[in-house]
Amino acid sequence: MTITLPTWFADLQEQAQKEYQDLPMPSRKDETWRFSNLKQLAFEDFTPEESSNIQYDIPSLPEGVICLPFEEALEQHGELVKEHFMKSETRLGSAKFAALHKANLKSGLFVYVPDGVKVEQPIEVSHTISGSNKIAFPHTLIITGKNAEVSVLDRFASANDDDTSLCIAVNDLIAGDGSKLTYCAVQELNLSSRMIQVNVTKVGRDAHATAFTANTGAQWARNEALSLMAGEGAHSDMLSCSVPSGTQQYDQRTYQQHASPHTNSDLLYKNTLYGNAKTVFSGLILVDEGAHYTDAYQTCRNLLMEDTTEANSMPGLEINADQVKCSHGSTSASISDEEIFYLCARGIPPQQARRLIAIGFSTDVIERLRNERLEEVVLAAVDRKFASL
Amino acid sequence: MDVDRAKGDFSFPENHKFDAGVGLSSDTVDYISDVKDDPDWVREFRHKGLETFLKKPMPTNWATKDLENIDFDKIRYYLSDGQKPKRSWDEVPPEVLETFERLGVPEQERAFLAGVEAQYDSEAAYSNVKEELEKDGVIFVNSTEALKEHEEIFRPYFGKVIPTGDNKFSALNSAVFSGGSFIYIPKGLKVKHPLQAYFRINSENFGQFERTLIIADEGSEVMYMEGCTAPKFETSTLHSAVVELVALKGAKIQYVTVQNWSSNVFNLVTKRGLAMEDAEVRWIDCNIGSRLTMKYPGVVMKGERARGEVISIALANSGQHQDTGAKMIHAADNTTSNVVSKSISVGEGRSTYRGQVHIPKHLKGCKNNTECDALMINANSKTDTYPAITVRGNQHVTQHEASVSQVSEEMLFYMQQRGISEAAAMSLAVNGFINDLVSEFPMEYSVELKRLIDLEMEGSVG
Repeated sequence: MTITLPTWFADLQEQAQKEYQDLPMPSRKDETWRFSNLKQLAFEDFTPEESSNIQYDIPSLPEGVICLPFEEALEQHGELVKEHFMKSETRLGSAKFAALHKANLKSGLFVYVPDGVKVEQPIEVSHTISGSNKIAFPHTLIITGKNAEVSVLDRFASANDDDTSLCIAVNDLIAGDGSKLTYCAVQELNLSSRMIQVNVTKVGRDAHATAFTANTGAQWARNEALSLMAGEGAHSDMLSCSVPSGTQQYDQRTYQQHASPHTNSDLLYKNTLYGNAKTVFSGLILVDEGAHYTDAYQTCRNLLMEDTTEANSMPGLEINADQVKCSHGSTSASISDEEIFYLCARGIPPQQARRLIAIGFSTDVIERLRNERLEEVVLAAVDRKFASL
Repeated sequence: MDVDRAKGDFSFPENHKFDAGVGLSSDTVDYISDVKDDPDWVREFRHKGLETFLKKPMPTNWATKDLENIDFDKIRYYLSDGQKPKRSWDEVPPEVLETFERLGVPEQERAFLAGVEAQYDSEAAYSNVKEELEKDGVIFVNSTEALKEHEEIFRPYFGKVIPTGDNKFSALNSAVFSGGSFIYIPKGLKVKHPLQAYFRINSENFGQFERTLIIADEGSEVMYMEGCTAPKFETSTLHSAVVELVALKGAKIQYVTVQNWSSNVFNLVTKRGLAMEDAEVRWIDCNIGSRLTMKYPGVVMKGERARGEVISIALANSGQHQDTGAKMIHAADNTTSNVVSKSISVGEGRSTYRGQVHIPKHLKGCKNNTECDALMINANSKTDTYPAITVRGNQHVTQHEASVSQVSEEMLFYMQQRGISEAAAMSLAVNGFINDLVSEFPMEYSVELKRLIDLEMEGSVG
């Protein structure tokens, strides 16, 4: 099937290509790339994937729900896509890469759930990246109408163990008033791959959005998650569970923007580090002027499993309204000898005790998904990772 | 102790024998060196500082844009009446004495201090230490005197804790420094009463660049307190100090600052302590006033079991930005650091916490605890928190907690129900917020502090 892209989209892509060329490459001097490993950004020799390898597992959907490959949605529901596609500014440092994504994207998923409709089972999508020196640009756009409900699972994997590839993924999550939107990304790329994921969530009045990221693969992964509490009563959960090992590096940047009063957001990022792994967490809670009665929380916990790991935390707050309750916390520590002793005293060998504690540490955030199927997939990915260590 | 809002807001006509003029050049540096009769190595040190200052860019990528409003060409870098610091208040020029009398310095000295140095613009006007301490070998003099008379003790540490090129303002201070204290506490001596320095800016368009170095020899203990004021002029004033502390094995230094600058002062200060084995450096820092304060006291824990601590209170009123924080650099095993920071934003005031905790590879058993809490008083108050924590290895524990809240309406309502006015209720709530930290200050300061905070809070309710 050949697909004709709408003219507006072709124009947008042309403009984005120019934008990509005009924007400077991030450098050490950029606050948003502080502590980052910029070597990972050398990918001039990479070429965009010619054909996308995406599998869709779509449950039977209630009437009115649109769930299509992104390129088909462009053709059939161009106006809806146009209204919401990449409307927010990329504030966390990857504007150049978001422009590259916009200029090149061919594949992805589009989901629209009309007012009042609830999709019971999660919609599942798998992106398998194949070929060497290829860049993939998967895009996910989810729109929920008033009081609608949906959950989507995005999985990223490599076709082969040694293909060097780059994945630049962007998600737009638009949670309409009173709706419930859950998005879960599981990244299990091979150890030669790199990933940049930009997640933008816009939460309407009394809506509840959850964005979850699980990282176990890739040599280097950068996750940028921005959540905008746009309407009164908006609630956003931002969650992540990562298990880097070997020389893997994960760079996580988050932004919780409260633009309306009576909104709340809760962020919990958990990293379990093995080997020479390194993590960077930089988060900001921004409360706009007039966004009174904001409750915002931000927590990053690093569990350091070996003496060679490195965790960097930069939790931040910028508060411009007074009737607020905001807090952030960050901890970096290892498993204490007492905890190991406690389990050993109950007949569990030390090695297994350490693993049990690490799994328990991850499970704590996974359970916040409150969706059996999604929890099962993430837990399986985390288990696979622990089993490989 | 008398405290009123206008306590520091007065000035006397200038009477300067030495004036380096306006602006900064290599000639300014030579002028200061000539007046002070610097040894060659100090002159060289100053020139190197100037060179570094000119080369270094402003830290504009992360700092507030207000920094760009400092016009270095309009500042006067050295002003002095050419007199040596006096050992007795009777010999201090009358208007300088009156200044310090009005600030209550001689009275405090009589009451509870072990020694006092009072700096007026660029130079110390008065410097004295109790006789018995002098007999025990305590040295407490200004920088000029120390560089000349105690070079063998000071030179090895001078500029070592904070190198000239640490930041643009430490480089500036290295070029034009004048005044400040040099303190040496001999081995094993525990100084019972605090030593005090008082820094006073009297002249308009002036830059004050004192440089302080405190060395506590093995097993000794000292508490040092500094106070700062300046009158309010139409134009802005720059205060850019460098403070280096060295606590040798088992020594303990407590450095207490209560600053109450007028709202036109740019207060850009670099403060760092070096703690050797089993030593402790403790910064107790209270920032009230100034237009912009950028100050992040730090401790480098270089010896095993060294301890670093920063306790800070900041109050930002309208037109003020308190950009403060702490730096904890762990450089030996089993070192521990603690940061507790509380800030209050009133009116359109903005307070910022900026912190750094660094635990490098190959160390064991390091611990850091950081707590910072911000209280917002009015609807347009602002506050930010930007910590950066790097931990390498798995044998350490770090934790950072920060919270932002306002005085709850319920709390105010509860107190008003019991007949307490809204303003008094707010004042009680704010004092309650900082109470546990205020008790860390010496008693005489904590009383003053509470009153200062009450005065700053006046009119903020309703």
